[in-house]
Amino acid sequence: MENKTNQHTNPADFEVRSLDTMCVNESELKHPWYYNLKYSLVGVIFGIVFIKAEIISWFRIQEMFRLQSFHMYGVIGTAVVVGAISVFLIKKFKVKTIHGEEITFTDKKFNKGQIIGGLTFGLGWALTGACPGPLFAQVGSGAIVILVVILSATAGTWVYGKFRDQLPH
Amino acid sequence: MMETITQPWPWYTAGIIIGLIVPALLILGNKHFGISANLRHACAVCLPSNIPFFKYDWKKETWNFFFVGGILVGGIISTLYLGSGDAVIVHPDLAQELASYGITDFSGMVPSQLFSFESLFTVRGLVMMVGGGFLVGFGARYAGGCTSGHAIMGLSDLQWPSLVATICFMIGGFVMANFILPFILHL
Repeated sequence: MENKTNQHTNPADFEVRSLDTMCVNESELKHPWYYNLKYSLVGVIFGIVFIKAEIISWFRIQEMFRLQSFHMYGVIGTAVVVGAISVFLIKKFKVKTIHGEEITFTDKKFNKGQIIGGLTFGLGWALTGACPGPLFAQVGSGAIVILVVILSATAGTWVYGKFRDQLPH
Repeated sequence: MMETITQPWPWYTAGIIIGLIVPALLILGNKHFGISANLRHACAVCLPSNIPFFKYDWKKETWNFFFVGGILVGGIISTLYLGSGDAVIVHPDLAQELASYGITDFSGMVPSQLFSFESLFTVRGLVMMVGGGFLVGFGARYAGGCTSGHAIMGLSDLQWPSLVATICFMIGGFVMANFILPFILHL
């Protein structure tokens, strides 16, 4: 990519920004790579919670979809409430990042993908008993075979990218 | 104290910590909680194949690799040092149903009788691991996010398209677990 400052000239870059949930609010500051380790630390905490609260358990996910347990609903529900209060406070007090940068939010646009893709994702979720985050924690817990699932999920992502223009959105 | 840590954690503890990941990532560097994007970045790094969807400057997204790397390490730490060693307690109805498919080992986070290298060479294992993984990866990107990006980050930011996605995740899961999975487990 020859353009370093004007990211919006690349349509894919723009779509990453506007349509996806991923973060592309890249910092204007240039930090050495090890600044990223702070995100690893957050990941470590996340991974520990995943295991300790059995969120990565295939059994817990099956119980959730069979309404046999409140556990996962409690986890997700509490997380959303805490997350929503946090986002509200960040917006209200215009909290800045630790590097003094502005925290930004992008509204998501509705498209058919959220329905079709959402249903597809749900079918897969109940099969593997794990969404993408827990897959990595499952590997960490010693289930090395789950690398195959991650590889297959990456293949699924690639196939989506390949046929994106032919799919209804 | 240590006993409290090694026992399975209740949902509210987990929910609060996961909820706090949202502001933590925002405050650390204006990063939005999301995990499935990593799979897209992996495609962009390894096999962009001139597909526009994978042609972007993935180097700006490396934080996300560090984040999932941390999840993996957290999984290792937790399993090695913080576990109670007890089997997962499974709801009796589920245990009974699974037993009818020959799944009786509840010692791991994933049932070893379904998720193992041996079962990868059975139709059942192949459908569940390779098929399931494919649906997760394809669906997450088609929907523009997974459970973290839509159900937690998106709902926290009160985005109604994320609510639509979350509801569809749940519908898909209900249909699979209750109507399709029984046939697959019989394979």
